[in-house]
Amino acid sequence: MAFLELEKLTKSFGAHNAVDGLTLGVEKGEFVALLGPSGCGKTTTLQMIAGFVEPTSGAIRLGGKDLLAIRPAKRGLGIVFQSYALFPHMTVAENVGFGLEMQGVGAAERRTRVGETLELVGLGAFASRFPRQMSGGQQQRVALARALVIRPQILLLDEPLSNLDAKLREGMQIELRQIQRTVGTTTILVTHDQAEAMALSDRIVVMNQGRAEQIGPPHEAYERPATPFVANFLGKTNLVDGATVRPERISFVAAGLAGTVRTRIFQGNHWLFQVDTGAGLVTVIRQNSGEAMPGEGDAVHLAWEGRA
Amino acid sequence: MRAAPYLLCVPALVLFAGVVIVPLVMTVLLSFHDWGQYKGIEPVFILKNWQEVLGDSYFHEMFARTFRIAFFVTLLAAVFGAPEAYILNRMRSPWRGIFLLVILGPLLISVVARTLGWALLFGGNSGIVNKALMGMGLISAPLPFMFTETGVVIALAHVLMPYMVLAVWASLQRLDPQVENAAVALGAGPFTVLRRIVLPQVMPGILSGAVIVFALAASAFATPSIIGGRRLKVASTLAYDEFLNTLNWPLGAAVAVLLLLALVAIVWGVNRLVERRYAQVFA
Repeated sequence: MAFLELEKLTKSFGAHNAVDGLTLGVEKGEFVALLGPSGCGKTTTLQMIAGFVEPTSGAIRLGGKDLLAIRPAKRGLGIVFQSYALFPHMTVAENVGFGLEMQGVGAAERRTRVGETLELVGLGAFASRFPRQMSGGQQQRVALARALVIRPQILLLDEPLSNLDAKLREGMQIELRQIQRTVGTTTILVTHDQAEAMALSDRIVVMNQGRAEQIGPPHEAYERPATPFVANFLGKTNLVDGATVRPERISFVAAGLAGTVRTRIFQGNHWLFQVDTGAGLVTVIRQNSGEAMPGEGDAVHLAWEGRA
Repeated sequence: MRAAPYLLCVPALVLFAGVVIVPLVMTVLLSFHDWGQYKGIEPVFILKNWQEVLGDSYFHEMFARTFRIAFFVTLLAAVFGAPEAYILNRMRSPWRGIFLLVILGPLLISVVARTLGWALLFGGNSGIVNKALMGMGLISAPLPFMFTETGVVIALAHVLMPYMVLAVWASLQRLDPQVENAAVALGAGPFTVLRRIVLPQVMPGILSGAVIVFALAASAFATPSIIGGRRLKVASTLAYDEFLNTLNWPLGAAVAVLLLLALVAIVWGVNRLVERRYAQVFA
């Protein structure tokens, strides 16, 4: 039996099923990402676990106990909101200490644990600042510290990195993964960013229209997508003669599928080609290894594993 | 051209000077003129009126009453208006729109008409309010509402409530709705969320509403004159009586100017306090 179990979880708004019979088991210490486009039901699922949305039917069990019977304030889950939802009238230390205060933890122990957690997220020197005086990335860490300090049974992350710029996001991904490994908290991440889901999680749940299309390790979902939706959502794909082929698996060879390079785009570490072939337009990605690459208008031949 | 912006400001400046600055300066000058029962107003520069207003305990009582009434009106408006705004903010459409109209609707009716309504409710020993309170067994003898500070405070609080609701509502709308969920997830009960999370964030709204309500209550005329009457004068009805009954314009002007100065000092002081207290938190 898994640590956190969602069983046939359903949420209907009128005739529309936002979440439609979702069944999922999350092991203790696991990092699971709910991935999908907006409106796929991933956020509603998270809110049902948190207790902000009541399921229409189905069950949620945590450590074998019925979570739905427990009030949101008593569930003891750590949540990082997309907007961070920090308390603007409190200092960083007061923000982080709030959950401990609610648990009735004494002032001395509270100070120690707040200090430790702020060190963990690299904000040891910012305890007396107000949220407004901090950058987006720093506020994000405060939100994480506030969720972690109560030693939650589960950490819920709702699009936590979507308000950060691309470079900061990458750094935070690595850091988030390290922190999660350090504290070992079971974590559920909601995101629409497939790169983020793949980088962070042990398993991803690709969701579409309230249903799980595929549940599995990122690598497996990428290499062996269960449905065309999963294949498309997890990166670029080509559909050639009824088979899906990832663009980076196609190489230029002396003899193969003949075509003409329509466009060539340089993207730093790789080249992106669009090749007109008898089987339609094919996207090809080649690593920038310093070799000469065909130019626009050049005649080329394509080949990939499973096709000569 | 550099002069264009200034030229464009001229019409507004002329209007402002004509309707605000000039009458105000004239009133201030008037307060230094002399007046006699038979000689009328003499355009001299004396401090008699100011000495009278500042020295006579009659005027002290008047101003003390004015600010006491304004204080309790503000308190009442905050105690009822802030929760009202919070409930309004949590309503869904169309109820939110309907109740907003209910709250703001009274602003469309003349203050005189609304106050006369209160006079009907309060009036005499057989007034509806007294009958209702006695009927419920809350009181044994009728309470005096007409010509009392209690009556003026209740009627003024009702008249000025919309300003408080609007001010608090504006600050509630800037609140991130997720913040309340965040507090709940950390284990806070509904009352704790209100007291520790919502209230401190809408405090600037309550304070700015309080400044508006206080200033309007202290300078209100129609309600104190109808409910309070001649027996219960406040600064504005006092100035009115000096101007139109006693015909002692200079003394009336001194009362009016003093009321203005006191209000400006209070409003400015509160604003300074709010800005200093909340500068770090809210920009």
